[in-house]
Amino acid sequence: MRLVAAAAILLGLAHAALAVEPGEMLSDPKLEARAEAIGKQLRCLVCQNESIEDSGADLAHDLRVLIRKRVETGDSDSQVIKFVTDRYGDFVLLKPPIEPATYLLWFSPFAILAIGAAGAWLYIRRRGAEPPGEPLGPEQRRRLERLLLEDP
Amino acid sequence: MIIELGHFALILALVVAMLQAGLALTGAARNDAGLMASGRIAAMAQFALVALAFATLVHAYYVSDFSVANVAENSSSAKPLLYKLTSVWGNHEGSMMLWVLILTLYGAAIAWFGDAMPPRLCARVLGVKALIAVGFLLFILLTSNPFLRLSPAPEQGMGLNPILQDPALASHPPLLYLGYVGNSVAFAFAVAALIEGRVDAAWARWVRPWALASWCCLTLGIAAGSWWAYYTLGWGGWWFWDPVENASLMPWLAGTALLHSAIVVERRDTLKSWTILLAILTFSLSLVGTFLVRSGVLTSVHAFALDPRRGVFILVLLLIAIGGSLALYAWRAPALEAGGIFAPISREGALLLNNLILATCCATVFIGTLYPLFLDAVGGPKLSVGYPFFDRTFVPLMIPLLIAVGIGPLLAWKRGDLLGALQRLWAAFAAVIAAILIALYLSGGGPVLSILGIGLAAWMGTAALAELADRLRLFRAPWSEVWRRGVNQPRASYGMTLAHFGLAATVAGIAASGFAQQSIAMLHLGEALPVAGYTLRFDGIGKHEGVNYTADRAEFTLLDRGRVIAHLAPERRFFPLQQETVSKTSIHTNFLADFYLALGDPDGKGGWAVRAYWKPLVPLIWIGGVLMALGGAISLSDRRWRVGVAARRAARAGLSASRGRA
Amino acid sequence: MSWRRALYLLPLIGFIAVAVYLARGLAPGYDPQALPSALIDKPAPTFNLAGLNGEARLSNGDFADEVVFVNFFASWCAPCREESPILMDLSRRNVIRLYGIDYKDKPEDAVRFLQQYGDPYRRVGVDETGRIGIDFGVYGVPETYAIDRTGRIRWRHVGPLTPQVVQNEILPLLKKLGAS
Repeated sequence: MRLVAAAAILLGLAHAALAVEPGEMLSDPKLEARAEAIGKQLRCLVCQNESIEDSGADLAHDLRVLIRKRVETGDSDSQVIKFVTDRYGDFVLLKPPIEPATYLLWFSPFAILAIGAAGAWLYIRRRGAEPPGEPLGPEQRRRLERLLLEDP
Repeated sequence: MIIELGHFALILALVVAMLQAGLALTGAARNDAGLMASGRIAAMAQFALVALAFATLVHAYYVSDFSVANVAENSSSAKPLLYKLTSVWGNHEGSMMLWVLILTLYGAAIAWFGDAMPPRLCARVLGVKALIAVGFLLFILLTSNPFLRLSPAPEQGMGLNPILQDPALASHPPLLYLGYVGNSVAFAFAVAALIEGRVDAAWARWVRPWALASWCCLTLGIAAGSWWAYYTLGWGGWWFWDPVENASLMPWLAGTALLHSAIVVERRDTLKSWTILLAILTFSLSLVGTFLVRSGVLTSVHAFALDPRRGVFILVLLLIAIGGSLALYAWRAPALEAGGIFAPISREGALLLNNLILATCCATVFIGTLYPLFLDAVGGPKLSVGYPFFDRTFVPLMIPLLIAVGIGPLLAWKRGDLLGALQRLWAAFAAVIAAILIALYLSGGGPVLSILGIGLAAWMGTAALAELADRLRLFRAPWSEVWRRGVNQPRASYGMTLAHFGLAATVAGIAASGFAQQSIAMLHLGEALPVAGYTLRFDGIGKHEGVNYTADRAEFTLLDRGRVIAHLAPERRFFPLQQETVSKTSIHTNFLADFYLALGDPDGKGGWAVRAYWKPLVPLIWIGGVLMALGGAISLSDRRWRVGVAARRAARAGLSASRGRA
Repeated sequence: MSWRRALYLLPLIGFIAVAVYLARGLAPGYDPQALPSALIDKPAPTFNLAGLNGEARLSNGDFADEVVFVNFFASWCAPCREESPILMDLSRRNVIRLYGIDYKDKPEDAVRFLQQYGDPYRRVGVDETGRIGIDFGVYGVPETYAIDRTGRIRWRHVGPLTPQVVQNEILPLLKKLGAS
């Protein structure tokens, strides 16, 4: 175990402060876990593509504190999320809601797969249905032999 | 003076590129050996000129010549030498220079190794590559010129973003570009084949090494970027479905599909027009990715300084390059003759499945990345597409493919025996069950997806080894026979086994992220924090000076039941020039798990925020990536790529001898 | 021309469609970061903030049946300094009724900021914690909101106001809302 443990220590660079700070966390681990799960669905608007749980920005901190407060006062998950989307719009959701505007988005992967699979199936079927070519004549057979000899 | 020389060399390179395109393409059309040969020389001259221009830029950074605008904006004298040099490509203009350098490098390599290729094919490939070079050289000279001078020259430069002063990130662009830009070779081959009107097994054989080489580099480049994000960002995330990350993933997915479909073209002379389309699309995705990063159309933490004018130029380039090649495809591809037929359950069928799923995944990432733009354009609501979308679509799509990776290599060409293949994989089935049970026991009932993911990884890894064992007749034939078979295997088959095994390792690492544990607390000196069965003790805090920063460095000891395992020293670094504070994590790894420590803000009362994570199997994600690239490299060294040369010589000798006799 | 040949045209057609969208993204004025407010046409959030420097408090009730503009600012915000002259001008000429909310800022710093750059606001409310900002959907400073006579938010601008914004958006808006 010692050998395994005596491995390189890697150092790296990180940007900005950490995300959830010890002072923000709720004392009840279940509530804290719920808050973290909710936070992971909400986008930090100031930094791109990070949830408020992962971002060090001030606004992310404020929102984290806010959702933890609401979780403590007994709001359900959807109520907390609605609280935030009421103010910031659906853009703040990392997961685009499934609504008519996003049907194309959500269904296209599987639609593409289905169309592609159908296309591939048709391709194999049609090709298989083609008749084999005519048998080779003597001159063609001699050419074939010569080609086979020179090309490995 | 030196910079002006570089500027001039670049302009000269543009002229040479235009000449090369003209000479090569005309030569191929007229079958004129002289013109075609001069095309090859032009390709090498082009590289030499661009390399010279690039070298002058590097020199300017090396001596910190702040009269050059590019250097003044991105460098400073108080920087470690390594980062002075890597600043060259840490900005838009410099990275475009790197782009073009690698583009012409590949061109010169094709010209160098072009002896074995049919001259007309070689000439056409070089001609197409030259046209691409013309486009990008014009782009640099007209909109992104790094050779401009500043007058008066400032005393000091603005320095490199502290986040970029890191060895992994310094190597990320060159690797990425070797992959990204390398796709241009397959593209050129595809266009050349369309012009010629013929795609055959020989074409596939010529393309594969280049597609493989660029794929290896792209794999390493993406892995390096992901690994950097992991140890940099402070909580261990390593993939964010950020638009720029997606821009590099899409060519990778398409490139992987291309590698596999090229095999079918080579062996069975079928799937030809699809492979041509893939080759065009792979580079097109590289181009679209370049556009997305540099035009300001999508925001991302990665994006370079935004300038719509540059965006317009690249868009025009895209229209000409991609639109032109796709138009050529629509015109010429229907004439390509179809080749061998095959049953749905066969090696070809498995590779077709591979392509189908990879193409769908690629399309999914594409749609997800561009959807906000599309929605905004049609007047829809403003939405964002984050990781939950990709997790719910990409992952379910990949799973059938990952299962098939284990089975495909065991199927015969033309008509495969699925039941027989599954029987030979009994060991893999056993491994899955064993892995799931072990994972359940060790994790104490962790997340279902992670457990199943471990099972999937076990399937893939064992299946890859089982296939190799089967081919070598291991345990079924005497050892001498096994040895003989082993030695005579083409290297490409070992490459495949290693690459698939590497993929299994990456899947295991990704699945295991569900087993990670974390502890976050405010610690004072002397206090200890329990993490995943270990103890972390806060031993000390002090100041530390670097070349261009000052830091608070904390010292921790990691203990396992009282026994010291490691010392960790995370830091918070302050860079006075940029007025930025950057946190530096400390990771202890035994390559099977990472212990990850980051230092946060002090509370002013002697307490420091500490974040500790224990992440099992996470290093496998990048180790797997390296294994995949290594497998690709081994395939690349396969003797068969070079057999073509020797055989042609022998054939010529044989033919002339037989002619003499007849 | 068989349907098979038409199939080969699909990639090209698909690409051109994509290129059109990419081109739209390049149009000047397209900002992928700009968010429309979620509160447009909804009642403004209720608030009752302490005044700056011992002045009277600021709340919705103070707006009483008028078209008002609320500007979120802070002393640490660089673009706020850019827009200050424009706000001063609008306020001096009585074009708009302007109120300010000092966002996540120490009141002393805000006082100093207004002394240095001028105070265009009728009154300023202090939102030290940023909680009212969240209620408005603020994600950066400066941001300016237009509230109509019925107390609904009708317009938001993210970032510093410019003469173009005043000309092209604020003046027409005032006409539409029937401000005096």
